[in-house]
Amino acid sequence: MIRLISSKLFWRSVLIFNAISVLLPVFFLINSSLRSSTDFANNPMELARHPYWHNFAQVWQNGDFANFLKNSLIITGGSLIVILAFGVGAGFVLGRYQFRGQNLILGFVLTAMLIPAKLMILPLFIQLKWMHLLDSHLGLILVYASGSLPAAIFILSGFFRALPVDLDNAARMDGASEGQMIRKVLMPLVRPGLAIVTIYAAIPIWNDFFLPLVFIQSPEKKTIMQGLTIFFGEYASQWGVLFAGLMIASLPLIILYLILSEQFIKGLTAGAVKG
Amino acid sequence: MAKQGLKRQQNRMALILLTPALATILIFTTIPAFTTLSYAFFHWNGFQRGSFAGFENFSRLFHFPFRDQFFMAMRHNFLVFIGIFLFQTSLGIFLAYALFKIRRGQRFHRTVAFFPVIFSLVIVGYTWQIILNPFFGPVDYLFHSLHLDTFARAWLGDTSTALPTLVFINLWRWVGFPTIIFLAGLNAISTDYVEAARIDGASEGQIFRKILFPLLAPSMTIVTILTFIGAFEWFDLPYVLGGSSGGPAGATDTLALMFYRLSFGSVDSIANQIGIGSALGVIIFIIVGVGATLGAKWLRGREVEA
Repeated sequence: MIRLISSKLFWRSVLIFNAISVLLPVFFLINSSLRSSTDFANNPMELARHPYWHNFAQVWQNGDFANFLKNSLIITGGSLIVILAFGVGAGFVLGRYQFRGQNLILGFVLTAMLIPAKLMILPLFIQLKWMHLLDSHLGLILVYASGSLPAAIFILSGFFRALPVDLDNAARMDGASEGQMIRKVLMPLVRPGLAIVTIYAAIPIWNDFFLPLVFIQSPEKKTIMQGLTIFFGEYASQWGVLFAGLMIASLPLIILYLILSEQFIKGLTAGAVKG
Repeated sequence: MAKQGLKRQQNRMALILLTPALATILIFTTIPAFTTLSYAFFHWNGFQRGSFAGFENFSRLFHFPFRDQFFMAMRHNFLVFIGIFLFQTSLGIFLAYALFKIRRGQRFHRTVAFFPVIFSLVIVGYTWQIILNPFFGPVDYLFHSLHLDTFARAWLGDTSTALPTLVFINLWRWVGFPTIIFLAGLNAISTDYVEAARIDGASEGQIFRKILFPLLAPSMTIVTILTFIGAFEWFDLPYVLGGSSGGPAGATDTLALMFYRLSFGSVDSIANQIGIGSALGVIIFIIVGVGATLGAKWLRGREVEA
C-alpha cells in the first residue's frame, strides 16, 4: 500500500483519472450538441457519428440568441475598457508617485475590495433607478467596473512599483510629459499586468448572471447567461438544441482558454497566489 | 525651479488619473455598502422608504414565518461549507501533490484540472442537470442498463440528495482552483528541506506529513477563507438548479437565496420586504466578515515560517 502510494505510477493514474472526470462531461456536452433530440432521447450515451448540425442552425435562427451574445460582448468589452483605462491611471499614480494621503487612498481601495457585491444589490438597484441607469448596459458596465477596479488598481500598482525609477527620470530628461511617459515607456512594460487584470475581470463578467438578473428587464437587453435560462424554458426537452445553445455560450471561453491557459490560470487566481 | 514644476505637473496628473477610478468605486461600491446598513433600520413599502424601524426588521427574521426558513437556510450554508471543506479542499491537496510529483505532462494536467473553473455556473448547472436527469440522463441510464436500478434516482429532485448533489457539482466546477493554489504553495517550498529529509532516510509519506503539509499552511489559510466566504454567499448554483426558493421543497435553500426572495419577491409572494431583506443582508455580512477575520487570525497563528 505504502509502496503503491509513493510510486509515480499511482500519482500518474490519479492525474489521468482526474482528466477523465473533467473532460467526460465536456465531451458529453459537445457530443450531444451534435445529435438530434430524438436520437438523444433514445440513448443518451451514443457517439455522434453523423454530426447533426441542424441544432446549431436552429439556435441561430432563434434571433434572440445572437442578440444575447452581442449584449454580453458589449457589456464585457465596455467594462474592460473602463477597468483598464481607470485602473492603469490609478495604478500608475499609486505605484509610482509619493504624496500625502496615499495610504488613505490605498485603504479606501482595499476596503472596497472586501465588500461583497451581492449584499449591496438593493441600494444599488434603487440608486441605479434614480440615476436612470437601471435596465441599461451602461449601468451594468459601471457596476462591474466598480467591482473589479479595486483589485485591478492593486495588481497594476504593484506592476508599476516594480519598474526602476531611472526609467521615469530618463524619459523626463528627454522631455517627455507624464502622459507620454506612461503611454510610451511604462505601458509596454506592464503588459503582463494588463493581461492578468483583463482575465481577472473579463471571465467573471462574461459568466455572471446575478447582476443582469436583477438589473436588466427588457428581453432585448439580456445577456447570454441570462438568455440561457429563458432558452431552457423555451426549448424544454429539445435536447439537441439545448446542448447546442450551451456549446455556443461556452465556446468563446473554451477557445480562449486553449490558447491562453497559462494567463487564465494566473489571472483567475490573482490575489489568492502570491507572486 | 524645474523640480517644483515637475511636482506641480505630477499633482495635476495624480488628480486627473485618480478621480475617475475613485469616483466609480465611491458611487457604485462604497456608498451602496453604507446605505445597505441603513436600509435594515427602516420600514419599507415596496421600494418606498417609510418610518424608522429600529431593530424590528431583525426581530421579524427570528419570528414566524421567516424564522424556520432562516435557520434552515443557515444550516444548509453551514453544511455546504463543511462539505466543500472536507471534499474539495482535500481533493485539491491530493491533486496538487500529484501534479507536484509528476513533471512529465504536468502542463497538460494543470490546464485540464483548471478547465472547469472558466465555465459559467449557468452552463455547468444545466449540463449537470441533463447528465443527472432521471429519464434522459446518462448516469441513471447507466445504472438501469447495469440492472442497478436502486442507485438510479432523481438526484436533483429528491430532497435527500439535492444538496449533496449540488456540493458535488460545485466540486467538479471549483476543485481546480484550490489545486492551483496548493500547487503554487508546494512549488514555493524550498527543495533543501525535502533533500535534507531524504538524506536522513525519511519516506515520501513522512516528507509530506512532516514537511510539505505544515509548510502548506499559508495556502490552507487562503483556501479555507475563500471557501467560507463562498459557502455563505452561495447563490448561483442553487438558483440555476433549484430556482429562487431552493427547490425541491427548500432542500437547497441558502441565506443568499432567501435574501434575494425578500429583496425582489418570489413566485409565492410577489411583494418584496426590503427592510427584512436588508436585515438578512447585514447578518450575512456579519457572519462572513467576523467568520473570515477570526478564521484568518486563527489560521495564520498556526502557519510556520518556510
